[in-house]
Amino acid sequence: MLLLIEQILNGVQLGLLLFLLAAGLTLVFGIMDLVNLAHGSLYMIGAYFAATFVDWTGSFVLGALLALPAAFLVGIVLERVALSTLYSRDHLDQVLATFGLILFFNELVRLVWGPGGRTIPLPAALNGTVPLLPGLDYPIYRLIVILVGGAVAFLLYWLVAKTRLGMRIRAGASNREMIGALGVDIRLLYTLVFGIGAAFAALAGIMAAPITTAQIGMGESILIVAFVVIVIGGIGSIRGAFVAALLVGMIDTMGRAFLPELLRAIMSAPAANTLAPALASMLIYLLMALVLFLRPEGLFPARRG
Amino acid sequence: MRLTPRAVVYGALLIGLALVPTLAQVFAYPFLITLFTRIVILSLAAVGLNLILGFGGMVSFGHAVYVGIGGYTVGILAHHGITNGFVQWPLAMLFAGLYALFVGAICLRTRGVYFIMITLAFAQLVYYVGVGLYEYGGDDGLTIYTRSDFAGLINMSHKPSFYYLALALLCLALFAVWRIANSRFGMVIRASKSNDRRANAIGLPTFRYRLAAFVISALICGLAGALLATSADFISPAVMHWTRSGDLIIAVVLGGLGSLFGPVLGMVAFLLLEEVLSSYTEYWQIVFGPMLLLLVLFARRGIDGLIPGGGRG
Repeated sequence: MLLLIEQILNGVQLGLLLFLLAAGLTLVFGIMDLVNLAHGSLYMIGAYFAATFVDWTGSFVLGALLALPAAFLVGIVLERVALSTLYSRDHLDQVLATFGLILFFNELVRLVWGPGGRTIPLPAALNGTVPLLPGLDYPIYRLIVILVGGAVAFLLYWLVAKTRLGMRIRAGASNREMIGALGVDIRLLYTLVFGIGAAFAALAGIMAAPITTAQIGMGESILIVAFVVIVIGGIGSIRGAFVAALLVGMIDTMGRAFLPELLRAIMSAPAANTLAPALASMLIYLLMALVLFLRPEGLFPARRG
Repeated sequence: MRLTPRAVVYGALLIGLALVPTLAQVFAYPFLITLFTRIVILSLAAVGLNLILGFGGMVSFGHAVYVGIGGYTVGILAHHGITNGFVQWPLAMLFAGLYALFVGAICLRTRGVYFIMITLAFAQLVYYVGVGLYEYGGDDGLTIYTRSDFAGLINMSHKPSFYYLALALLCLALFAVWRIANSRFGMVIRASKSNDRRANAIGLPTFRYRLAAFVISALICGLAGALLATSADFISPAVMHWTRSGDLIIAVVLGGLGSLFGPVLGMVAFLLLEEVLSSYTEYWQIVFGPMLLLLVLFARRGIDGLIPGGGRG
């Protein structure tokens, strides 16, 4: 029972990280109709920036706070220099060009930070565990990730649903030409949205780095999972991304934690030990196949005008 | 066939490829055969992808997986002592085709960006299966100790013979794609690319046609996988990594979408560029990445588009 609660918390934590990444992807796709494979690179850049800034300042919190605006800037430059030329192109062009950007960013990081990974040491205050229930000690840092992730998810909801900027974002998603005709500077809006998405991706990278270490290629593996999330949720839908991210995070975590035992109950131990990890990695893709089979547009299809 | 500039380029390309073993011998540079064996095999995979990407407009971002399935079929059969190529290779194609049938049936229901992401996700799925196959080497891959034998007809260990086998299969695949693309079947695929709704409205069941093309394309990639595993005596999940699928797309687009010889031109250019750039700097991708962006922005029709003279070959 305690194990189950712990795994549920782990699942929520993974889900929230995925949501931070998927939110940017789905916004950029929903509003600009852009498939951005290089979104994972921003996640990686965020983690490496944090590693460097933490080194410089000697403070984890300060380093993380400095890394965010830095990633926001990288996002804006990236959008202005490269991606803004791709909006009018078809998806194949966008895939190819942003694939090129991934290669570029991976090599750039290798050149600047070296091929080895970077660990980010946690300050002592964040390194311990807290007793949540009698017998259940949970790492403080993971708890903070959940709190920050939840807060940012709420912030994003507030931003999109309640503010003027959010109103424009929603309007841009449903009819680009019309909002341009009504006098909104659509290019500025695009740049801003992309920068916000970049900052969210970087935040996810920064928060993941102390757990997984910052390394080259960290962005791609999670990017593909984030794609699964937005496909399940319905591309362009923030609400869909949120629900699907938690669902995917939960199923992935549960699969890895409990599948080996479950399989051992119905088959021999060696067979179960071989099958369980592969099956656990496959679960989310099977979920996606199932969702698409039933609802090809995802769980919460975004309305388009 | 008239002697258009395009026909000359294609003819020169094939003659050049056929002369590789001779050149390797003349210049005493055996690496040339190794390099071009790889180029020819991956060109074969790209030709397979071109059938659906170039002619059908289906952006599959997971075609390396069919190469991997083909390779693993050969590897696993050899691991269990079945080395007869007449069993191995058709099975390699069959399994690749069967998986494509499953993937195609689901993802052809969707369009555009969903299609891209779903093909990618289904490729990842098999990639993780490969990583989890501890019995067959898992992440480290599987060494193939005995090469496929074709009842002694071809000496598979003789590098030039193997190269010519690969080249012959590439020519066969090019011929097949040429016939398919210009048949009624191919016309339906192209019609569906330019306007699927209209093609449906005039009574063409495009889904079935597109699915068939998807499977044929995977069959060709499965064959390429069997060749790739045999040439390297090794197969690992890295072959199915999603960046390998990206490489195939790069080759097809670089060569020129919807051009018969485009994928071959593209793969030759891509792998030679890789060789040259990586001999200058270890960080060659920092140059290559932006080159892709420029390719997309300024050379939409690829290498094939640079050849003077009107219509497509």
